Amino acid sequence: MGGMSRSASAARQGAGEAGVGGMLHLPLAPPATREGDASGLVLALLRRGDDALILGHRLSEWTGHAPLLEEELALANIALDFIGQARALYTEAGALTGETEDQIAYLRDAPQWRNALIMELPNGDFAFTMARLLLVSAFALPFWRAACGSSHPGIAAIAAKAEKEVDYHLRHAAEWLIRLGDGTAESHRRAQDAVDALWPYTGELFSPDDRALVEAGIVPDPDGLRAAWAATVDATLVRATLVRPEDGWMQSGGRSGRHTEHLGHLLAELQFVQRAYPGSTW
Amino acid sequence: MTGPDRLERARAAAAGVPDPEIPALTIADLGMLLDVALTGDAVDVAIMPSYLGCPATLPIAQDVAAALAAAGFPGARVRTVLTPAWSSDRITEEGRRKLAECGIAPPERGAGRLGMFGVRQPACPRCGSAVTEQIAAFGATPCKALHRCLTCREPFEAFKCH
Repeated sequence: MGGMSRSASAARQGAGEAGVGGMLHLPLAPPATREGDASGLVLALLRRGDDALILGHRLSEWTGHAPLLEEELALANIALDFIGQARALYTEAGALTGETEDQIAYLRDAPQWRNALIMELPNGDFAFTMARLLLVSAFALPFWRAACGSSHPGIAAIAAKAEKEVDYHLRHAAEWLIRLGDGTAESHRRAQDAVDALWPYTGELFSPDDRALVEAGIVPDPDGLRAAWAATVDATLVRATLVRPEDGWMQSGGRSGRHTEHLGHLLAELQFVQRAYPGSTW
Repeated sequence: MTGPDRLERARAAAAGVPDPEIPALTIADLGMLLDVALTGDAVDVAIMPSYLGCPATLPIAQDVAAALAAAGFPGARVRTVLTPAWSSDRITEEGRRKLAECGIAPPERGAGRLGMFGVRQPACPRCGSAVTEQIAAFGATPCKALHRCLTCREPFEAFKCH
């Protein structure tokens, strides 16, 4: 995230409050972002910020492993866009809670994260990674487009940036899913498997935000974006010669802090340095 | 020096800072310098990031502060502002000329969105041919993509419409 120096003093303060006493006492995030305490606006910002950071981290895991150099660059670039979006959203949330973006990213445990479960699933193969990016971007684009008109100036400003970035991601993911689905028998099978496996995780994208925030025009109502999402996804699946799975049981939990086991492993890597060396700077 | 002269000098110092990733262009050429204000001795600069995650944003802010210090304005405040959102339409005519000169196809103005399946190919910055193709949608920096000219066969970078 940003310069760690800004989080250093607060992290030390956190360690002090926890009683210090050695390396086992990790600094705790202030109560505002701990489960159950978050105000509606902070929660709405964390949902979007956590979506961006967790998916950005997953995409960054491809660095050094992508199937071709151009995709190495693409995945790293997209990851960077997501991390940039997360930073802006955390800065906005932190202005309300008195935290820095670093504290929000590095000092929360899994139950305090509010990303949708689809973001934290392991990358799987390249088809799974691209199918997820398509399904998520097809939601994020209309979400940010609608949020450009937010009555909250900070959210509107972030939305105006994110909307353009996500538009480019969506196009890239759609091109790849079409190429894979309408490719060889093997790439078609992998693309269809990916879409089938991801489908039960798409329902959570539309889970409602705080009613009052929606009514005040601060955040868009995710439920109102279903038609836009479906149109994009269906158009892509048809071109990709893939079958749209039936809607059935939908997974949920991430938005209220109940995560898959995968998030803890991801955070162990994402947060390692701050956990091992609290308040360290570079 | 009078107030207006000092402001002009501060503005020139900030405007002349090169982009760390495309040093042939200044941040003013790229339309990233939104405002320079002088209150007493304090300089306040507003810069606009191209992409939210662009790693050049922090070095640019540091370079602007250093350039102002060298011009006699120590302790300048450099803010990164998101509103209005930067767009590739903000790149100046001079900036577009410099981009083409160093082999980067300038972004089309008012390009808006490609949509999901649209195709738009920039003209080759070397031979001017309109017959080009994209090699990769993402390049060495967030703001560029990789293309190839099908006439002169040379690969080239294109500044993304954003």
